[in-house]
Amino acid sequence: MAIVEARNISKKFAEVTAVEQINLTAEEGEFLVLLGPSGCGKTTLMRMIAGLEQPSAGRIVIGGRDVTDLPPRTRNIAMVFQSYALYPHMTVAGNIAFPLRARGTSKVETAERVTWAARMFDIERLLDRKPRQLSGGERQRVALARAVVRKPEVFLLDEPLSNLDAKLRHSARDELKQFQRNLGTTTLYVTHDQVEAMGLGDRIAVLNQGLVHQIGTPQQVYDRPADIFVATFIGSPPMNLVELDDVVLGFRPESFLPEEVHPAQDGRSRLPFRITRSEYLGADRLVYGVLEPPYPPTHVISKLPTNIRVEVNSGERHDFAVRLADLNRFDRASGRRLAEDGEAASATSDLT
Amino acid sequence: MIGLKDDETRLLPLMLAPAVSYIALLIGFPFVLSIAYSMTNISVGTTELKFVGLDNFISVVGSQTFWVALKNTCIITLVSQVFVVGLGNVLAGLLMADFTGKWWVRLLILLPWVAPISLGSIGWLWIFDSIYSVINWTARAIGLLGPFDWPIWLGQPDLAMASIIIVNVWRLLPLATVIILAGLSSIPQDIHDAAHVDGAGFWRHHFEITMPLVLPITLIAVLFGIVFTFTDMIVVFVLTRGGPYDTTQVLASWAFFTGIQGGDLAEGAAISLFLFPVLVAVAILFLGVARRTEVT
Repeated sequence: MAIVEARNISKKFAEVTAVEQINLTAEEGEFLVLLGPSGCGKTTLMRMIAGLEQPSAGRIVIGGRDVTDLPPRTRNIAMVFQSYALYPHMTVAGNIAFPLRARGTSKVETAERVTWAARMFDIERLLDRKPRQLSGGERQRVALARAVVRKPEVFLLDEPLSNLDAKLRHSARDELKQFQRNLGTTTLYVTHDQVEAMGLGDRIAVLNQGLVHQIGTPQQVYDRPADIFVATFIGSPPMNLVELDDVVLGFRPESFLPEEVHPAQDGRSRLPFRITRSEYLGADRLVYGVLEPPYPPTHVISKLPTNIRVEVNSGERHDFAVRLADLNRFDRASGRRLAEDGEAASATSDLT
Repeated sequence: MIGLKDDETRLLPLMLAPAVSYIALLIGFPFVLSIAYSMTNISVGTTELKFVGLDNFISVVGSQTFWVALKNTCIITLVSQVFVVGLGNVLAGLLMADFTGKWWVRLLILLPWVAPISLGSIGWLWIFDSIYSVINWTARAIGLLGPFDWPIWLGQPDLAMASIIIVNVWRLLPLATVIILAGLSSIPQDIHDAAHVDGAGFWRHHFEITMPLVLPITLIAVLFGIVFTFTDMIVVFVLTRGGPYDTTQVLASWAFFTGIQGGDLAEGAAISLFLFPVLVAVAILFLGVARRTEVT
């Protein structure tokens, strides 16, 4: 168990900057998710922490020890790859034992630990098989068993669930979180899937184009996005954005509801809304439309829980509203979130 | 155009015909002919063909040169394959690395394979020449050879064998290197990364991860190498003509000298047929092993 720090890490590949000046700390036992679209530098960052890639600048510190110039095998980390990277010519038992044999662990202890790891992931009956004889879910378990068997200080997981089918992914996510809790090992987890990130992470670091846009708990990242990128990257459908002079207003589709369903005591702002189309999705309805004056004609989406039975029909105009507490304000030029205090005050004056 | 798809029954044999007729005419027919010849008394001067059963085979096995040739064939094949696989692995490993001018180095390494065997062998004939040998003059210039040392490469039996092996290694190394290189590049980078993170050092990584993963394709390279060396007569023919005193004779060259130059077609056919069961056995063995060790 250890604190993992990336201090001012940059990585340049020839002309391309993959990671720029990233500062990041995963606390002891924390499950930290690196979330971002593909090509944002999250995998590069993880590979630098693993020691598979040398940073162009900055230091990697694990458990207080500067490991920047040390090879991967001295860092006491374990990594699970997106492809699982099982050794195809070895049996499952051979795969799990490999990191132990590489460390010169005794035969007896190796056997014990392999059994322990296999039991943890319920793959004891597969020990004599070769990876090609396993299903995707089984391979993933073997990869995890191979990672835990050496009791590393840090787990690095690179999209370990993305090769599983949707149904399996759900249960695997649950198990992953469970075993990380039990072991209490500091974990870095790379994904481009925001649902995975929200569900698994103690904290989420949102990356784009080599920069960290925000680090925070799932709730902070979702409710108080640090900038327009985070606001639109997280959430499905994404946050509605309305440009007003030099300010951009942002509100989640689920906070944008018909005025009559808002509780009376909440401060709110009214937004007249012309409905163009609605989609029925079972649990929710997505209502598409355009804002009416005094707002610029912006396309926005409302997500209505199906149990809100207000009639909204295409072509009609309806007064919708957003709770003031659910309004986000961003600086139009920089995209950064504007300070909370100013937000409440000016929002009221602008909108009522 | 309408008929083409429906006419698959006629199109299929049509497409296969060139390959089948090529094999039948250039490989099948001579093969059958040599089996037939080997059981007759045919020679270039025969006027009357007689069936002699296995007499030719018995006479071949009774000849001392046969056993020398068989032994030489095996030694040349095995020793050259050991070097080819060893050096091929090293070369392929080096070529996996990124460096400027890699394209040129690859081209240079492939050249011996592209050059006709006979031309290459003639080049080597000069390198091993008893008077002009580049090797000897170079070795003397840098002081490796004393004033009275002057190895006659192709004239001393052991050196002549060594020369033949060197030329075989030289001409088979490119193919093996390229095949092993293909095997190395087919290993996903993730596997190497996983081995690094799992703590494998250089030797463990090489012997427990990389080598087993390129083993199946290496066996294919060895299979090609064995077949090419075992059946080759050009290198021996150009360098030593089997000499001195048949000490470097191999089965293929001896079959040629006996059957074509000596005119005894029947016995030449019988000698060449000894190669066949050996090669079939080797092919079956290697393909079987390669199949069993195949991963993925």
